[in-house]
Amino acid sequence: MTMEEQPILPLDPVQLPAKAAEFAAEGRRLVQVCATTLPGSFEITYTFEAAGAPGLTSLRVLVPRDRSTVPSITESYFAAFTYENELQDLFGLKVEGLKLDFQGTFYHLARKAPFSEAKPPKEGK
Amino acid sequence: MGTRTVVPFGPQHPVLPEPIHLDLVLEDEKVVEAIPSIGFVHRGLEKLAEKKEFGEMVYVAERICGICSFIHSAAYCQAVEGLMKVEVPPRAQYLRVAWAEMSRVHSHLLWLGLFADSFGFESLFMHSWRLRERLLDVVEATTGGRVIFGSCKVGGVRRDVDAETGRRALQTLAVLEAECREITGVFEKDSTVRRRTVGVGLLSGKDAWSLGAVGPTLRASGVSSDSRSLGGSAYGALDWQPVVETAGDCHARAMVRARELYQSFSLIRQALEKMPAGPVETRVSGSPSGECIVRLEQPRGEVIHYVKGNGTRHLERYRVRTPTFANVPALVHMLAGYQLVDVPVIVLSIDPCISCTER
Repeated sequence: MTMEEQPILPLDPVQLPAKAAEFAAEGRRLVQVCATTLPGSFEITYTFEAAGAPGLTSLRVLVPRDRSTVPSITESYFAAFTYENELQDLFGLKVEGLKLDFQGTFYHLARKAPFSEAKPPKEGK
Repeated sequence: MGTRTVVPFGPQHPVLPEPIHLDLVLEDEKVVEAIPSIGFVHRGLEKLAEKKEFGEMVYVAERICGICSFIHSAAYCQAVEGLMKVEVPPRAQYLRVAWAEMSRVHSHLLWLGLFADSFGFESLFMHSWRLRERLLDVVEATTGGRVIFGSCKVGGVRRDVDAETGRRALQTLAVLEAECREITGVFEKDSTVRRRTVGVGLLSGKDAWSLGAVGPTLRASGVSSDSRSLGGSAYGALDWQPVVETAGDCHARAMVRARELYQSFSLIRQALEKMPAGPVETRVSGSPSGECIVRLEQPRGEVIHYVKGNGTRHLERYRVRTPTFANVPALVHMLAGYQLVDVPVIVLSIDPCISCTER
């Protein structure tokens, strides 16, 4: 099966709002925001699609566990508020500058930040 | 500015089969702001990837939702197949198209009924669901299941459809297609339906795109965006075009789904008639490594399945972004300015699936 192009561009978290603004000005659609819990950090992937162009372009930032804050992109992409509240509720990250901040109540969860624990992968065959 | 009142809508509400909550800020009866809240039944299924092997996760993926079940499993399998460079046999790719389109017909008939119910057209609701049962009979005849198909696996599909079963399925679908024309004609022309849906819940194409809307919500606003256009499975070999409406209101969203019924009937027919002979699965060995995003077009719109493997039997990360989750910002935007009585119709117009959203 042929997969569409999926380039991933590493980025410093402080550059994220400016890059998001640049993508918004180009008319790109925010496709998803995905966080992955790693042993010493959180890996956050912001995926965009350009109108009329094939492929998905992702921006990737690494947030160290001891910092756990990431700037919001809701200034450029208001729709990111759902994803960024998810980052706060499921991963325990603090999103700075979030335009619609539910303060940890977007999800109603029995446990706080259930996705924040990195589980060591099991050995494969 | 009049006095503002906050009216809670949901999580329990007659038009909501599943829990989502909106705080509606009203001036008299007019909505000036809607603040959403979800997560009442969040299941954390993505986290199960740490405990289930990648082959077992197909069963979990299929159970994310009882309506788009097959497409969830197909998207997950395609993502893992992309990581492992697995070539799926052509016959399996055609079967995946046929079953995905049966899911779409089943989902759209279910939604058309719920939508009619949202403005009190009970007989239309019952007719839509009556027709859906016939489609489920075809699903049962070809997969053995009615809601959970259990037919997709990494490397292909679990079962084949023989010529006789395929012929009978197409005969039943031809009758069903003719009967669907009767109810979709009511959705298109009936004055009761039009009075409650035309000009209600307007969303411009520009707003729909910038708010990240997907599926019929996006296409009803004039944007021709459909993940099937990427040509995954056998879609690239079949004759079809995305269904687009331009009015951007609740009626346009209904008409996109109504017209997509016939598109799906055509795709099922093409897939079952054109599928080549041959095996339906490829043997898969090894463990996935790397990362991959797959997007497929569910009945409600583009679904994203992201997988990240580390060379073991367990994925490091499995993430699902569902169409309803993507459509929430657009829903909040389109509610503002309309009357309280329109809220159930507008909410239903995005075809919210909270089961998907609470994956």
